[in-house]
Formats: sequence, C-alpha cells, structure tokens
Amino acid sequence: MIKLTVNGVQHALDIDPSTPLLYALRNDLHLHGAKFGCGLGQCGACTVIVGDQAVFSCLIPLSSIGTRPVRTVESLGTAEHPGPLQKSFIEHQAAQCGYCIAGMIMRAQALLDRNPRPSERELREHMEPNLCRCGTHMRILAAIREVAHLPSADAASNGGAQ
Amino acid sequence: MRRKSILPAVAGLIVVAALIIAGWLMWNPAIAPIQPPLATAFDSQTRLAGARVVALGDCAVCHTAKGGQPFAGGLPLATPFGTIYATNITPDAGTGIGGWSLQAFTRALRHGVARDGHLLYPAFPYIHFTRMSDRDIAAAYAYLMTRDPVSASAPANQLIFPLNFRPLLAFWNVLFLRPGERPMDASQDAEWNHGRLLVDGLGHCASCHSPLNLIGGEKSGHAFGGGIVDGWEAPALNALGAAPKPWTEEQLATYLRSGRAGEHGAAAGPMLPVTRDLAGVPQDDVNAIARYILSLQKPQPAEVKASADAAANNRESASVQSGAVLFAASCAQCHGPSAPMQSIGERPTLAFSTAVNASTPRNAIQMILGGITWQGESTINYMPAFGDVYSDRQIADLASYIRASYSPRGPWNDVEATVTKIRKENQAR
Repeated sequence: MIKLTVNGVQHALDIDPSTPLLYALRNDLHLHGAKFGCGLGQCGACTVIVGDQAVFSCLIPLSSIGTRPVRTVESLGTAEHPGPLQKSFIEHQAAQCGYCIAGMIMRAQALLDRNPRPSERELREHMEPNLCRCGTHMRILAAIREVAHLPSADAASNGGAQ
Repeated sequence: MRRKSILPAVAGLIVVAALIIAGWLMWNPAIAPIQPPLATAFDSQTRLAGARVVALGDCAVCHTAKGGQPFAGGLPLATPFGTIYATNITPDAGTGIGGWSLQAFTRALRHGVARDGHLLYPAFPYIHFTRMSDRDIAAAYAYLMTRDPVSASAPANQLIFPLNFRPLLAFWNVLFLRPGERPMDASQDAEWNHGRLLVDGLGHCASCHSPLNLIGGEKSGHAFGGGIVDGWEAPALNALGAAPKPWTEEQLATYLRSGRAGEHGAAAGPMLPVTRDLAGVPQDDVNAIARYILSLQKPQPAEVKASADAAANNRESASVQSGAVLFAASCAQCHGPSAPMQSIGERPTLAFSTAVNASTPRNAIQMILGGITWQGESTINYMPAFGDVYSDRQIADLASYIRASYSPRGPWNDVEATVTKIRKENQAR
C-alpha cells in the first residue's frame, strides 16, 4: 500500500509503485483536473504541485513522493467559488480549448506560493515549460499578472526587455 | 675582508635587476582611446567574415549573461581561484570596447593586455587566440565594433589574494603564453592545418577539454585529456576511440553543428551553446575541426569490463532496484527500449551515451538534475529536469540504475555524495 496525501486528504493506494502520479490522480482518485498530454514531460498539461514544486505528474512515480503533499487544481476552488488564479483566468478568458489550463494554473500557483510578487522575467521563465497549442499564452500571462500585481503587457514589454 | 663587502653589493645588484625585469614584464603602456568607429568604417565583407570568426571563437557564450544582451558581459565564470565576470565587448565607449583601436584589440587577443594596459585574466583564452591570423582578428574587430553598444559594467571580480593583483599575471604569461601564429605543419594537408588553427587557436577547445594545473594553466603533456568546466566534465578529446562506438569524423562534425550524434548522445551543459554557435559557420570549418581532433587520438588501453558476477551483484543492489522504479516512470517513455524516441531522429540508446559510460557519474547527474531546457524555436533536444523533483538519494538511485543497465563498465562509487556536492556547486554558480 502506498500512502499519498492529495489536497489535504490521506489515501492508501494498492497499485504498482512505479505508476506515475497522474494515473493515480485520474484513475484511482477521480481527480480529472490534471490532463494527460504528451506523457513525456514536454507539454505540462499534467502539472500539479508536489511539496512546493510544480511537477509533471506523468513522469513522477508514486513511490518517489513520500510524505510530500500533492495539490491539484481541484484544491484551489470550485466552479461556484473559484480561487484567485481561477477567477482571473475566467475574467481574462485565458482558455480556448482549455486542455492545458489546469497545468498552467498549478505551475503559476507554485510560483506565487513561493514569490507572490515575481518580476515579468521570473514569470516568463517559470511558465516556459508549459505549452498551449491554441496559442492563448498572452491571455494566460495576463491572467497571472493580475494576481501577481504585475503591470499589464504593454507596460511590461518595456520593462521585460531589460 | 674584501669578499665580505662585495657580497651584499652583488646581492643588491641581483635584486635590482630582478625588479627591473619584473617591472618590465608587468608594465604595459595604455593605447590611446579612439572615438568609437562608425559602422560605415567597415565593409560588409569584413563584417560578414567577422561573424564567422566570432561564432568559431564562441565569444558570445562567455560574454553574454543569462538573459542579458549579446556580448554585454556579466556572466560569472567560477574558477578554483574565485569568480571572474566576463566583460562587456560591445562598442560602448564607457563600459565596452568602443574606445579600443584595432591595435588595442589585437594586443588583447595576442598578449592578454587590455587597452589601458592592465593584464587580462587567462579565463580569456588569449593563449589560444594569439594563434589567430591578423585577418581573422581584424574581421572579429569589425563585427564586434558594429554590434549595438550596450552600457553595462561587469560586477567586480571576486578572487583570492594575491591573484586579485593583476600584474602577477605577467609571470603566469611567461610560463603559458607563447605569442604569435604558428607555421603550418608541412607534413599535413591544408584541411588538417586549418583544423589545427581552429581548434588550438580561435576555437580554444583545450581551454575546457584539458586538465588544469595548480595555477590554472593547461597541464603540459596532457592537452585534450579532459577537464572540468562549470561543474560538467569536458570529456577527453584524445580518447574518442574509447566510446562504445568509436567516433567518426562525420559524426563529430554532425555533433558540433547540430548538438547531436546518432551513436553518442546530445550536447548539454556548457557544450550546448558552443554547438549553437557552430551551427552557423561553414561546413568546411567544422569538417576541419573534426578531422584535426580525430588525428589527436591516443591508443586506448584495453577496456576493463566488470565481471559478469560483479555486474549481476550491482544490478541487485538496493539503490539500483529503487532506481529501476524511478526509471520506469520518469525515463522509459523516451529512453526505454520501445520508446518512439529511440527510432526517431537518430536519438541513441543510453548504452551509447558518453555520460553513461564515463568514468565518473558527474555528467549523468548533471543531465538528470538540469535536463536540457527549451531554447525557443531552435530546440532540437529537450529533456525535463528532475533536480526539483527528486532527492539526492533518488537521483543517485537513478544514475546507478542507468549505469548498471546500460554500461558494461563497473558501478560508480559515492554517487549520492557526488549528487550532494554537484548540487552545492550548481547553487554557488
């Protein structure tokens, strides 16, 4: 049995220890926020927070997590009461197909937990691993900027080049 | 009695003579600053030729800070003697080389002396650049002087005493600097000679790929024997026959231009930006480099393979077994036997990997810790980083499993301690 704390709830799972975390989240715990995208750690659709790090859950085996708490997008809020990042993503209409968005939000959340006031460059560097095939990166960044109290893109593009 | 009075006088003369010689060695005149030349002062052919020279010299690799403007300096170079910051070589008059004449630029490349006469640290590879032709130096000058000037001062170097006293470098130069071009080797053809000029001169390959002695000079007699740079092993360039599949000229040229060789692996760490620079230079230059490097090979001692028993024991160790679990989830999608990546784009099995077959786990650990980051649209190779996800123990388990499963060479020792050490080094950089 593998013990796993997800969104504050402890679970004991009887599955192969080399099973990637994503499969356990989706198939065993029925948390469908994190998505399977590439399965290679290239796209970031599966991103969740383990400990205080944004990780690709498709690449990390259950056995390696230990006591580190796991957080998924479901922990941030509900459809009725979205969390600050979720709310901002809705306001900025940052999702097109939406497949990457749970991963985007969790990666952004990991940054804001560590540093609530990142610079434009820190924000862009931190978000680089996650891809959006619809091309809504500009809206995604705008949504995160609002929560991070960063100036909007036009103002930031001057500062961002420094 | 008379002898007694002569002795102090002779001793005094020797001291005075030594001081004069030392002063003569240490003192270099300033060269008068010039008005930064206009871009129109250089013809476009020379500027274009300069782009090739600057790419082959990898100038941008050291002279650009992370996220900084090209050639504006500021990149910290960790040396055993402290940290040196690369300088601004854009044509800014105040903080760059805008006031440098061609004469001053040439003196810096050939003798390691700045325009104002101070001695440059040998992290700047003037002991190699000194072999460049006057024509190449003039072309590099034309290219650099027509970049956008950037006002940026490099942070002050943090070096241990007495190395922070630059005039002492004069004595280092007596030992290690042999200024000027070298005659062609008549016993070799033009391509080989061209390769030698690029490798030993402009390309300064030995700066990273040779072991350094106690005072930071390249160990004599050990050229291309491999070194350590930025926490990565720069593999020996004279033992390319020891690879699981011996390197060929064609593979080496492809590797240098694309950052990937089908039977060896992908460029990573400090070599990755070098391959990006070489991607843009003429094929003939890279072919000549490969030709010359392959001519440097030393005969290899017979390979020591781990005995079958030892290998079996190693595969059963606890570390290797937990590494196997991590590998199944984290690595097998790309590096496992049936992964699509194994059959696309000549990406080799880990069994051929230089890092996996190396005598120390350093490069394998660095790869697992940092991966290969995205490089915008020019990305050819990418690997996710596991440094933030795994503990030192877990990284060590993974490395030990990969070694045991993919290399016939014996297990690495002290892998976990090495992970801890490398992490510390990386953080300090």
